[in-house]
Amino acid sequence: MTNLEPHTERQVGHHEKTEDVIKIRDMNKWFGSFHVLRDINLNVEKGERIVICGPSGSGKSTLIRCLNRLEAYQTGEVYVNDILLGDDVKNIEAIRREVCMVFQHFNLFPHKTILENLTLAPIWVRKMPKKEAEEMAMAYLERVRIAEQALKFPGQLSGGQQQRVAIARSLCMQPKIMLFDEPTSALDPEMVKEVLDVMVELAKEGMTMLCVTHEMGFAKEVADRVIFMDEGQIVEQNEPEPFFTNPQNERTQMFLSQILSHH
Amino acid sequence: MTHKFIEPKAPPISDRSVVGWMRNNLFDSPLNTALTIIIAYVLLQFIPLVLDWALFSATWVADSDACKAGSGACWGLINAKWRFILFGTYTYDEHWRPFVGMLILLGACVGSTIPVFWKPMRLLLLWVVSSVLLGIIMWGGIFGLSYVENTLWGGLPLTLIIAVYGTLFAFPIGILLALGRMSNLPAIKSFCIFFIELIRGVPLISVLFMSSFLLPLFLPDGVNIDKLLRAQVGITLFTAAYLAEVFRGGLQAIPNGQFEAANSLGLTYWQSMRMIILPQALRLVIPPTVNSFISMFKDTSLVVIIGLMDLLGTVKSVIKDPEWRIFYAEGYVFAAAIFFFFCYSMARYSAYLEVELRKGEGH
Repeated sequence: MTNLEPHTERQVGHHEKTEDVIKIRDMNKWFGSFHVLRDINLNVEKGERIVICGPSGSGKSTLIRCLNRLEAYQTGEVYVNDILLGDDVKNIEAIRREVCMVFQHFNLFPHKTILENLTLAPIWVRKMPKKEAEEMAMAYLERVRIAEQALKFPGQLSGGQQQRVAIARSLCMQPKIMLFDEPTSALDPEMVKEVLDVMVELAKEGMTMLCVTHEMGFAKEVADRVIFMDEGQIVEQNEPEPFFTNPQNERTQMFLSQILSHH
Repeated sequence: MTHKFIEPKAPPISDRSVVGWMRNNLFDSPLNTALTIIIAYVLLQFIPLVLDWALFSATWVADSDACKAGSGACWGLINAKWRFILFGTYTYDEHWRPFVGMLILLGACVGSTIPVFWKPMRLLLLWVVSSVLLGIIMWGGIFGLSYVENTLWGGLPLTLIIAVYGTLFAFPIGILLALGRMSNLPAIKSFCIFFIELIRGVPLISVLFMSSFLLPLFLPDGVNIDKLLRAQVGITLFTAAYLAEVFRGGLQAIPNGQFEAANSLGLTYWQSMRMIILPQALRLVIPPTVNSFISMFKDTSLVVIIGLMDLLGTVKSVIKDPEWRIFYAEGYVFAAAIFFFFCYSMARYSAYLEVELRKGEGH
């Protein structure tokens, strides 16, 4: 595993290695006339855990939403698993089978039971037999410690439980890469830990993860690299230790002082 | 400070007794008291009159002279003419056939309301089998049944056939139109908008009129599309256009997150529509959907303008008879009662469905 390699000397955009599961080259995106992502260059290695932070409106969610084509970018190139992510529907489908996303608001399917939420995509996208899919789903529910809720509906679960189900649902697709879009921001404070615990376990098992989050404790514990974004640009990136103790950019310093001041 | 656990107690007696209920709901303010008294007075005046007309002074024998002698309603009209009202001009000796046909159709409808049949293959099988049976029994021409042309069909079976098949076909067409109108593909989107707005922009009568009198003008000589089929297509498309807008309302109420979750799991457009989006969207719009169906059921009576004799048509035809002409009110009351029975059943089913589909979801 190469994720122990230091990233400090890495020059973003000049890192050519087949181990890179995500390659972003000069990506730009606009919402109307608003330039939301500006010249993004980023490589992610297999097994790497990346935390992306930054003030709201900095484009961090949009960046990861561009990686499974929930948003389209206008210029540049994005490769996921060496597949070009563009307008080609076949490519998009191939990439979505390998990349799963966990959302801020869980987005479970309210009319399906927990078990059905988990088995739906394996059965219809991976063409897995129903029984096999259910066994796998139960195993993942076990792992996120929620197996006893399998036959309930999402509306009957707490926020923390729903988010753990959402993570299990993603895992059922056996993804190579997982994207987390502020997974704990919509949770009541007492439920944040149960979700972070699951994410830490996942990280320790070597899953390639990109997390947009403000949980700096999580970043310090598992991240290989922390990326700070502001105004649609990657302003600074580093390993957690130097990132938090010795931020280089003025905007990073200000951001960190704001979010860490009440910790 | 000592804390003692408080056991749950029953609410005060005044909330539970009949007197308490009346005090809270009928006499809780001077205005409400006054309204209660006025309405009670009106009902007391009105109800005995209605009961007297409809029951106590009514004439039941099928004899118009006896009716004219009586002071109440003339149910003798129904007694004398019920077979024509129900089955119209269908060959008299074969009336058992539209009756059985009607039972088959209603059986299929009732079957479709039972959750056991809510599987695509089962529904398809149910409707194919019952439609074939219905066709055999109504048209005949095989199995020793004499052939009865569909221009002779009339009355309640005709109303039910147009309404039920209108519902059956308008539903999927409405879904496709709604999805099309929300599509990103400009050609499909414009076509759906054009179709919906065109159909919604004209009265049903003119759709039926056009399908009946204008369409044949554009067809080559000798090509003749069946009148019943034309009416059926007209009503189906008309209802589909309205349903499309109802469904679009439901689709727009589904949070974007549901589309995104379905997409990010790799489901295709049709998979996510079928399994994630439509089940939620359609459930939200059960009341306006059933509203459209009820309104379509009643609109079937407009087929009379193109010469089809539905239930209301047969009633109108019966009260043209000079012998019975003065008893038109009884004829209309009878037709109204039948229409009400079916429309109210749909309304009740819609209410049941809303509860049934939410069971266990804990909202």
